[in-house]
Amino acid sequence: MAEPLPVLEMTGIVKEFPGVRALSGVDFRLFPGEIHALLGENGAGKSTLIKVLTGVYSLDGGTVTLNGASVRFTSPSGAQQAGISTVYQEVNLCPNLSVAENIFIGREPTRFGRIQWKRLRREAAELVDRLGLDIDVTAPLSSYPLAVQQLVAIVRAVGTGDSDGSGSGTKVLILDEPTSSLDRDEVLELFALMRRLKGEGVAILFVSHFLDQIYEVCDRMTVLRNGTLVGEHMVRDLDQVGLVQLMIGKALDQLEELHDHQLHADVGESLLTADGVGRTGGIAPFDLEIKKGEVVGLAGLLGSGRTELARLLFGADQPDSGKVTIGGKQVSMSAPNDAIAAGVAYCSENRRTEGLVPDLTVRENIILALQAARGWVRPVPAAQRDELVAQYIKALDIRPANPEARVGQLSGGNQQKVLLARWLITRPKLLILDEPTRGIDIGAKAEIQKLVVSLSEEGMSVLYIAAELEEVLRLSHTIGVLRDRRLVARLANGPEITPTRILETIASGEHQ
Amino acid sequence: MTTTPRWRELTRHHLFWPVAVLVLLLLVNVPFTPDFFSVKMTDGHLYGSLVSIVLFGSPLILVAVGMTLVIATGGIDLSVGAVVAITGALSCSYLSDQADQAAVSGVLLAMGLGLLAAVVCGLWNGFLVARMGIQPIIATLIIMVAGRGVAQLITDGQIITVNSEPYKLIGGGYWLTLPFSIFVVAAVVAVTVALTRRTALGLLVESVGGNAEASRLVGIRSRRIKIMVYVFCALCAGIAGLMISSNTSAADGNNAGLWIELDAILAVVIGGTSLLGGRFSIGGTVVGALVIQTLTTTIYTIGVPTQTNLVFKAAVVIIVCLMQSPKFRAKVFGAGGFGGKRGAKQAEAPADTAATPETVRTMEVS
Ligand SMILES: Nc1ncnc2c1ncn2[C@@H]1O[C@H](COP(=O)(O)OP(=O)(O)OP(=O)(O)O)[C@@H](O)[C@H]1O
Ligand SMILES: [Mg+2]
Repeated sequence: MAEPLPVLEMTGIVKEFPGVRALSGVDFRLFPGEIHALLGENGAGKSTLIKVLTGVYSLDGGTVTLNGASVRFTSPSGAQQAGISTVYQEVNLCPNLSVAENIFIGREPTRFGRIQWKRLRREAAELVDRLGLDIDVTAPLSSYPLAVQQLVAIVRAVGTGDSDGSGSGTKVLILDEPTSSLDRDEVLELFALMRRLKGEGVAILFVSHFLDQIYEVCDRMTVLRNGTLVGEHMVRDLDQVGLVQLMIGKALDQLEELHDHQLHADVGESLLTADGVGRTGGIAPFDLEIKKGEVVGLAGLLGSGRTELARLLFGADQPDSGKVTIGGKQVSMSAPNDAIAAGVAYCSENRRTEGLVPDLTVRENIILALQAARGWVRPVPAAQRDELVAQYIKALDIRPANPEARVGQLSGGNQQKVLLARWLITRPKLLILDEPTRGIDIGAKAEIQKLVVSLSEEGMSVLYIAAELEEVLRLSHTIGVLRDRRLVARLANGPEITPTRILETIASGEHQ
Repeated sequence: MTTTPRWRELTRHHLFWPVAVLVLLLLVNVPFTPDFFSVKMTDGHLYGSLVSIVLFGSPLILVAVGMTLVIATGGIDLSVGAVVAITGALSCSYLSDQADQAAVSGVLLAMGLGLLAAVVCGLWNGFLVARMGIQPIIATLIIMVAGRGVAQLITDGQIITVNSEPYKLIGGGYWLTLPFSIFVVAAVVAVTVALTRRTALGLLVESVGGNAEASRLVGIRSRRIKIMVYVFCALCAGIAGLMISSNTSAADGNNAGLWIELDAILAVVIGGTSLLGGRFSIGGTVVGALVIQTLTTTIYTIGVPTQTNLVFKAAVVIIVCLMQSPKFRAKVFGAGGFGGKRGAKQAEAPADTAATPETVRTMEVS
């Protein structure tokens, strides 16, 4: 069978940032009606390849052809007009505008130069409907959780293809890690949508660190390593083991190691107890105990209140009932400072808005929590600071390993590691991790999970939130199950606890 | 364009553009004032255009340095001009009531009184912004407007003149052949740099301005930090107020420091500190203030008619700001021109077609 002509072809793509060669001579092609996975470790250059294609970054070398014609976009809107719709890894939306406005921002339907609000809302609703989503388009975007916001960004991209918003003008759809904060159900919805568009002849570029998803939905894949192309394969021709080997340049066996590791048994005395802690509109009052050296995992669907629970235990939101006791002392939880002083650390799931300061360097971001605890008068001595930072850059394999790099310029996965490093150097008693492996590549994911295991062995307690149930089950001694913003069960982990069992518990909403 | 790596490196330095503009502006004066760069010694005092630029620019540098920290936290302080007036008014009116205006103790007391008033203004601003959560531009507008009234009250609507040698020193005196105010400015700049970079204050300020919510969640006491910077800013304005009233030996509640807040904000921006907050550069601000002062001087030396000098000033400021924008340079001089890589803010957020960077909050979903 003769291959059709690629709709998009990139050859010899080079992109340099000061001190970093992000892409060196990468070739990439995309065929109509295919779903094409772009794979690689954190910092391999996936997002950069997308951004030079759509004109966010200028090209330092190489050529791009779209439908046989040579093109070079100087702005994302140029690429959009040519039929390339993109959802970037860091989604740019306006939280205080409505969903409908966000979907149509920049291309609002107008008549006599005035925006037709009714039509805008109607078309937004139609588009959302067409994609099988249940979202009120008149509500402000910020009223929805991150995952829904991500879906809105996808709707927006699909809709930008054509002036009438029907999406019929989109020839290429680019999705940079669209599934990182989605639940299984939404992922399936997204896949259905992708397959439908593929059926209409749209070429889709899909980035994800979930290899299962790649095998589920993709036809072809291109693998990058350190900014170079290491191969293009049909998905059916390469199995997962081979793929991982291609991505990281060596075989990966540590994942297996993790699979059959034993949870350590020496869980100590109680560290934290929450009695009837709750917050109206956040989560119903709950009781929870976390022991020294214990890993408590939280399982639940999107919007079930996992993050809300974690935020109350950190004082990020103030509980309006109940009391929290840490190490025998009651903590007021009127601000994060109280919890931090008691030895609690919290890595937010929104690393961009609630975690990192993008303008500051890796070093400054890593030192921030420690420094805040010491106050401004006592700076961390430079020698100690540099040593700590170097140690954690190495331990977490942050790339580039340059403490002077601005965090905003790091790849998504590496930003996540910086956030983790920031709290680890404070040596907390309780580490709250909300989706710590989001956006992290498969090798680093295993590393972080191993880290959690060894930290808990050393006596640190961990509250672990992850969308993947397997991940929660693998690490946790106790699993808290949430449903509809209520902690409905606490299960001691054991052989009989399986993902299915958890899902059943969620479904039945059985009470503790 | 031939660009060597070293040149590229140089153009990327954060002080490159402010300094380049400053040098350019200075050179513009030479055809009009051939001895522009010469410095003469008369009566043991150094005189010359360069010396006067620094001398007359001193209050602006002080105010702008304080403003830098406020802007770095993501705020702004419009009240500095009024604080200049209040400080001058209070000091001069106290001093003018003294029997012996030349007594050093009296002069010090007068200055202390003025600075105390400035600190109170700063506390008020900080309280409104940090405690009450009022938008900085509104919060500081209160003193901007009411402050001049207070200054008028203090001076009874008159221009108070003083006649005091020691008081004259800070804004009009000489020491070691140089204007004394240069030493004051140098001291304040040195203290500010030490205060922000030797301690962790600079880092925490940049963190609060760079991402307020993240800073809260990391346990930074942002309120305290904000109050501190507003007080510091007012204190700097207070010293500038002393300087201005000392230079003229008079307190003019109406005109002292009029519009200095705008010049100061401009100086900060020219110095490379973003109005959105975050990274700041004291060195950049000092250069920025010198640029503004040089511009004012240039307007006089090249004889721009008084009616049009504000327009002229505005035009130059626009050009300066454009020159500093990497996007503009890329458009005008071609990609890679002057080796100017994209600036930090641009590089990281994919440009959205509709929304300006200020309105878009970047959310990472990954
Ligand atoms: N604006 C920038 N300035 C400087 N360096 C950058 C910039 N953007 C990306 N880089 C660097 O380019 C390299 C590739 O980054 P990129 O974001 O493309 O990685 P990625 O493959 O998308 O990784 P991830 O899976 O973590 O999202 C990284 O080393 C990164 O630090
Ligand atoms: Mg990426």
